[in-house]
Amino acid sequence: MISGTQADSGTSLRTWAPPPFISNAGTRWALYLGALVYLVLAIGSVEVNWARMVLGLERGWAFVEGFLYPDFSSRWGDIAQGFQESLTMTVTSTALGVFLSIPVAVGASRNLAPTWIYLVCRAFIATSRTLNEIIVAIFLVAMFGFGPFAGFLTLTFATIGFMAKLMAEDIEEIQASQLEALRATGAGYLQVLDFAVLSQVMPRLLGLSLYRLDINFRESAVIGIVGAGGIGATLNTAMDRYEFDSAAAILWVIIVIVMFAEYSSGRLRKYIQ
Amino acid sequence: MLVLQQLEKRYPTGDLALKGVSLTVGSGEVLGLIGPSGAGKSTLIRCVNRLVQPSAGRIELDGQDLGALGSSGLRQARRHIGMIFQEYALVERLSVMENLLSGRLGYTGFWASWFRRFEAQDIQQAYALLERVGLGGMENKRADALSGGQRQRVGIARALMQSPKLLLVDEPTASLDPKTSRQIMRLILELCQERGLAAIVNIHDVVLATEFLPRIVGLRAGSVVFDGPASQVDRDVLTRIYGDEDWTAITQRMQAQGRTDSREHDLALSAE
Repeated sequence: MISGTQADSGTSLRTWAPPPFISNAGTRWALYLGALVYLVLAIGSVEVNWARMVLGLERGWAFVEGFLYPDFSSRWGDIAQGFQESLTMTVTSTALGVFLSIPVAVGASRNLAPTWIYLVCRAFIATSRTLNEIIVAIFLVAMFGFGPFAGFLTLTFATIGFMAKLMAEDIEEIQASQLEALRATGAGYLQVLDFAVLSQVMPRLLGLSLYRLDINFRESAVIGIVGAGGIGATLNTAMDRYEFDSAAAILWVIIVIVMFAEYSSGRLRKYIQ
Repeated sequence: MLVLQQLEKRYPTGDLALKGVSLTVGSGEVLGLIGPSGAGKSTLIRCVNRLVQPSAGRIELDGQDLGALGSSGLRQARRHIGMIFQEYALVERLSVMENLLSGRLGYTGFWASWFRRFEAQDIQQAYALLERVGLGGMENKRADALSGGQRQRVGIARALMQSPKLLLVDEPTASLDPKTSRQIMRLILELCQERGLAAIVNIHDVVLATEFLPRIVGLRAGSVVFDGPASQVDRDVLTRIYGDEDWTAITQRMQAQGRTDSREHDLALSAE
């Protein structure tokens, strides 16, 4: 009723708009203008070579043709061996990586580890996450030579960083009261980890492991290109020889396997939650 | 049995939560700790089993100086001190039985607990306690499938699994409805009497405290400002503990309770 009389009394209606993200109007418009100028200059600086575009399109068409008629038979031996290597690499590196990531994750959790261990583990995770798999693979191929062993080490290293970071975040969010209750019973450190921590993060641990298995298979195809073995190496060879039909066959198999892995790991994760 | 001498706790932020608290709890004595929020009640009971590390003072349980213990000694000492929490603090994804058995972790080796192979005697005790707290047949339910009152019963049973000498009880009824609160308080008191346990019970509800707990200790801003029988808690005492307020309603309820208690007592006598 009160608001009714206010509206009726003829005073202008009050309006409301959300406060702008940057409150100073001058700064705001300067930023908009700066962004626009940069965009125009950046587009202007791109050199487009139309002749090369046309040539590229021709080659692209050859590739599309190859893709439509993939040749599975002539290089089947190489393809099968490449996949076997990739799958072995994926499974072993995921298993070892997940196993090693658990102590790192515990060490990287504020609520469980003393500061110096926390810092060491966080530094390790940061290193592992900063370095892209390809860069790590280049290093490890240089150290251990061509082949799937370098790929296995690369993926293990990346898995530890990935799993430990996400698990540590999960561990830091567990209910402190459950930790306290378990400590109050006189349980040892590992028993507290088992009952209060592992039981709370188990679904996430399994879900992330399956997800990482998925990622590792995809990555195993990529790092093969820099010499770390597996199907990526086979693909690289096929491309170097301009055997687009064999390359297409490899890509088809990768697509099918990745989709299958993604679908089944998604189903499994749903089942676990 | 439990002796606290000049217990002090200063948090890293500089807050002085306990300012020299001295307290003696006899064996089998049940004591209610009341006081405003932030008075240091939780800190005080957590200092007893050193979940919170006291800054100064002495804690003695049956003549053993708890403050001087190293980490393995502390774990052994904690086995004799059961704790019950406000939000139950059960491991929610584990079964009721696993939660109960977690009270035996201090007595069980790591691998045995990892494979959940607890001693037959422990499992017998767990079944008996489940029956006693009124949860018979619930051993395989997950803790998060239980109601608040049921969870607190599991919490109580877990504490008793330790075969403790002393119970530390932190706001056992704060998350429960009035009826369940009374049932839980009654259960705790009965169990303490049955087993001759001493207990320190942190509690906000003054009426509930004076009804169930024979001895009341009032804490204000980290110091003990009242220590006496529940019958002596009156307007002046409440003002001393909590500050100025119109306490009429509460004191009336406490008096009414006293009358009904004595009438029940009389009835019981005449029935004999």
